[in-house]
Amino acid sequence: MNELDITARTMTVSVVQVLVVLLGSPLLVGLMRFVRARMEGRVGAGVLQPWRDTVKLLRKHRLDPEGTGPAFRTAPVLGVAVGAVAAGAIPLMATGTAFGTGADMIAVIGLLALASAALALAGLDTATAFGGMGASREMTIAALAEPTILMAVFALSARVGSTNLPAIVAAGAAGASRLASPASLLAAVALAVVVLAECGRLPVDNPATHLELTMVHEAMVLEYSGPDLALVELGAAMRLTVLLGLWSSLFVPFGIATGTGLGVLLLGLLVFAAKTAVLGCVLAAGEVFMAKLRLFRVPELLAGSFLLGVLAVAASFFLD
Amino acid sequence: MLSLFRKIAAVGRVAESAPPAPEPAPPELAARTRALRGSAQVRCVDAGSCNGCEIEIGQAFGPVYDAERYGARIVASPRHADVLLVTGPVTRNMAEPLRRTYEAAAEPKVVVAVGDCAIDCGEFAGAYGVEGAAGDVVPVDLVVPGCPPEPAAIVEALRKVTGR
Amino acid sequence: MSANPVAVALAVAGGFGLVASTGALVLPARIRVLATGGSAAASGTAGAAAGALALSGRTYAAHLPNLLPLGGVYLRVDALAGVFLAVTGAVFAVAAVYGIGYFRGHGSNRAVQAVWPLFALSLLLVPVAASVSTLLYAWELMALTSLLLVCAGGGEQARSAGLWYAVMTHLGLVALLAGLVWLAAAAHTETFAGIAAASGSISPAVKGAVFVLVLAGFGSKAGMVPLHAWLPRAHPEAPSPVSAVMSAAMVNLGVYGLVRVGFGLLHGGSRWWWLTALLLGALSAVYGIIQAAVETDLKRLLAYSTVENLGLILLAVGAAGILSDSGQPVLAALALAAGLLHVATHAAFKTLLFLGAGSVLHATGTRDLDELGGLRTRMPVTTGLFALGALGAAALPGGAGFPSEWLLLQSLIHARVISGAAALVMLPVAVGAIALSAGLAVATFVKALGTGFLAKPRSARAEHAHEASGPMLAGLGIAAVACLALALVPGTSAPALARAVNAAGLYVGGLPEYADRLTAIGSTLSPLLVVAVVVLLVLAIKALLKITARAPRRAAPLWDCGAPPLTARMEYTATSFAEPLQRVFDDVIAPESDLDVTQHDESEYLVARVAYSRAVPDRIEHRLYLPVVHTVRRAGRMATHVANGSVHRYLGYGFCAVIVLLVVLAAAR
Repeated sequence: MNELDITARTMTVSVVQVLVVLLGSPLLVGLMRFVRARMEGRVGAGVLQPWRDTVKLLRKHRLDPEGTGPAFRTAPVLGVAVGAVAAGAIPLMATGTAFGTGADMIAVIGLLALASAALALAGLDTATAFGGMGASREMTIAALAEPTILMAVFALSARVGSTNLPAIVAAGAAGASRLASPASLLAAVALAVVVLAECGRLPVDNPATHLELTMVHEAMVLEYSGPDLALVELGAAMRLTVLLGLWSSLFVPFGIATGTGLGVLLLGLLVFAAKTAVLGCVLAAGEVFMAKLRLFRVPELLAGSFLLGVLAVAASFFLD
Repeated sequence: MLSLFRKIAAVGRVAESAPPAPEPAPPELAARTRALRGSAQVRCVDAGSCNGCEIEIGQAFGPVYDAERYGARIVASPRHADVLLVTGPVTRNMAEPLRRTYEAAAEPKVVVAVGDCAIDCGEFAGAYGVEGAAGDVVPVDLVVPGCPPEPAAIVEALRKVTGR
Repeated sequence: MSANPVAVALAVAGGFGLVASTGALVLPARIRVLATGGSAAASGTAGAAAGALALSGRTYAAHLPNLLPLGGVYLRVDALAGVFLAVTGAVFAVAAVYGIGYFRGHGSNRAVQAVWPLFALSLLLVPVAASVSTLLYAWELMALTSLLLVCAGGGEQARSAGLWYAVMTHLGLVALLAGLVWLAAAAHTETFAGIAAASGSISPAVKGAVFVLVLAGFGSKAGMVPLHAWLPRAHPEAPSPVSAVMSAAMVNLGVYGLVRVGFGLLHGGSRWWWLTALLLGALSAVYGIIQAAVETDLKRLLAYSTVENLGLILLAVGAAGILSDSGQPVLAALALAAGLLHVATHAAFKTLLFLGAGSVLHATGTRDLDELGGLRTRMPVTTGLFALGALGAAALPGGAGFPSEWLLLQSLIHARVISGAAALVMLPVAVGAIALSAGLAVATFVKALGTGFLAKPRSARAEHAHEASGPMLAGLGIAAVACLALALVPGTSAPALARAVNAAGLYVGGLPEYADRLTAIGSTLSPLLVVAVVVLLVLAIKALLKITARAPRRAAPLWDCGAPPLTARMEYTATSFAEPLQRVFDDVIAPESDLDVTQHDESEYLVARVAYSRAVPDRIEHRLYLPVVHTVRRAGRMATHVANGSVHRYLGYGFCAVIVLLVVLAAAR
């Protein structure tokens, strides 16, 4: 248990997961935009449009806004790197990833928080009012969402006795009775709200807004252009995919590969893609019916999910 | 919520089917904007218009004309944009901001003058508050004549940029 | 006869400290700063060496009967004391190196430089004390020297801070005195060894009362809410190297005292003690970070962050006590190890942060984040190192605070095995407090780093900042190396922590030893692996971008919506950054704002002047302390009626007292 679980299989699993998330996350965003467009009566641009946007952005000329420094230049790259590490560590298609015992849930959540903090610093580094506003709002939301994630993690780990992600997912996949326990259900709802907050989706933040005073995530990245913007958008898409994948691995782990056979792994990959696509469609459809919350109502929403997290921990202590 | 769901199901698709592809863009523009094939982010700059063109642009991106299916999308900042839709005659106050907006966008970029006012000041030619047409302040690549132009014409101009 | 290396190291530390102190008094100005700084650094290094030797298993005990009246001096160094010796010595050495640069330009104050080494020596003496009187002497020496250092700044703020500090530290001393002397009386001996042996025969009620008094005394020193009010006042007023030592070394001794008395002398005791400690720790953590999140004075922000981190350590100690009482020695050891590791990591990043803040103060003359900014271009090295410290304080992967928080969470995850409903209810609350403080800490340090160092300067003073001098950067650099070491290879500390936990009184075998990862029961953390993979990926993506995105680049002005150029007034300030958080926690923070509108003489509708001020008071001070102070004042005024100066009345009192005494003696016969 003290060695990292690096074998050919787990390395393959990790690499495949990273590639699938890297290449598939813009497709997920495209799918969500497609669902939204169809529900609004439009045709939409097609599922491949985000990839077309990314390729075009990579070919644009680069601008260096004056006065910005390493914080501004590194944040987009860090976002993509963290998304890739998370994709490699979290059991998405199989329970054994190359990080093995090092795939710690608290570490993964800490990395995602690091990427948010880096982007907030980049926003502050621009010295514009929008950058500061986006950073301030993003950090407020992150400060209130991170406690809920830790509580949900805690509730899930307390029953398994470990914060090791493969262990938690394997325990969930082994016994469906665990998934229906009160602690698990409460944690599922709490984590769902947090996923919305962390990925900047409605009702916490509208990713398609162009009214600056309503922006949270967009305001931090108003200054980016060209390849940097491509990385920012890719990082955001990877974050969404990884978090949706994490949620489905923790609470709906059916179909995840627990063995090492090639067929089982392939099935796990297909099931992961299907589950993420379904979750994305449900999210997109839900967004059609929702309006963005006023900024100062968001803490109420997050406090409610925090309370659910505390109840989940209490349930895991008392009811199991 | 259920009533909205029923309405969505009942109304179905609103977007009209795509008209035939427009003539391609002039060759030097096409060469410069080869990177923008298939995807063009749009920033609208109101340099002093009466808002008539804005309404038509809004309709162009609405469900009926649905410019998004051709790869165009409205964005919040000129840094994110490839296409600048300039409307209205350029008033004295908006001349400098228009120039700065143009400078803020990264190459390759396309400026589209939407409406008669942007092309040659239209109704407001010679007025005391008007600096000039859009072409006097920033280099204009495409024009969409009309007062206001039809959404279909605006969509056609965008299709010349994206080639879809 | 070979000398005990620990004793040698301690003697060397003492010697160099005294040399530094006398040197500050007698040497001429030219070489004073360098000489005292150098010998102070040597003293600190020797102290750290003593701690390291103790952590590797060596012990030392001594009895110096004639050194002090009332029983002499008893010294004992074991692994638990070693943790605090190592931390204090290292922090002092780094701050001394930094001080060579800091005190040079700063109108070098002879008094400060003379007292400072004595302060550090008293900090080294407290963990080594092995009898009640030695501990109390060392404690009081520490209080007096630090008081002098706090007041050295001069000015209204420093005087007020000194007054608060003096009163509160001496109230703490009274509580300690009462508690420890009572304990010594109950055990009929004042040495720690004797008390530990005799504590089985002391009644639980006495032990409980002693623990409460000791918790008040040591907790006040550790910044435990509600006895924390001196910390955010005193720490910012002292010179920055001194602030670093106070925040990173002195406050830890409160934790040391609690662990030593609670586990070592009283052998664990009752569960409610530790439950109280846990709850007060959780309260301190949350209150401290909420206040830090809305604070705009950089050093006060760091002081409140100290309150938060010490709250987490206290929480860990409380959890260790509860787990030990529930018959889970391995988990209790894990919790205590997490607390001790957090002592070390907190010392590392807090030193770095305070020394960085000192450089900023030295270069710009202001601590107000609303006036700073743009220091990245003017002080690049300081900014980079401060960013490392901020990463540690925010407890993100790659930061020094992450492994210790991880370990603490691990010990609590397994805690559902404990018995007792009260503890089971409190544990989710404790975990919630840790989680909330972690989230807010990220926001706080993004604010401190972003508004203080990045973007553009908000005032002329920030514009004219200059990079810190060599010794200051050297001090920061050493602290940064320590932060990185603790962040990336925390597993190297595992054997030392195991020995310290054993010495504290929680007997367990060694913790597994791997240099690059921490293992708790069932989980592993490899910060080195995580950070290495992220860094490699960042470099790989940058290289890939260079290859694929080869379009030309140009400089561009910031996007200002087309309006005339951006001024520094348009940037977000620290106050505005924290405003959403302040709104969310409005009930806890309760800011006071004052708006003064002056109209024109001619018309009420024309405004001539608007003055707006907003201050965030410490609510606990207002709600708890001021009523106590008012009550004491009222009692004092009522007492003047009793003692009103009339000789007749006093004679009457004396006569009544004699009569009462005669009656009592007659009745008692």
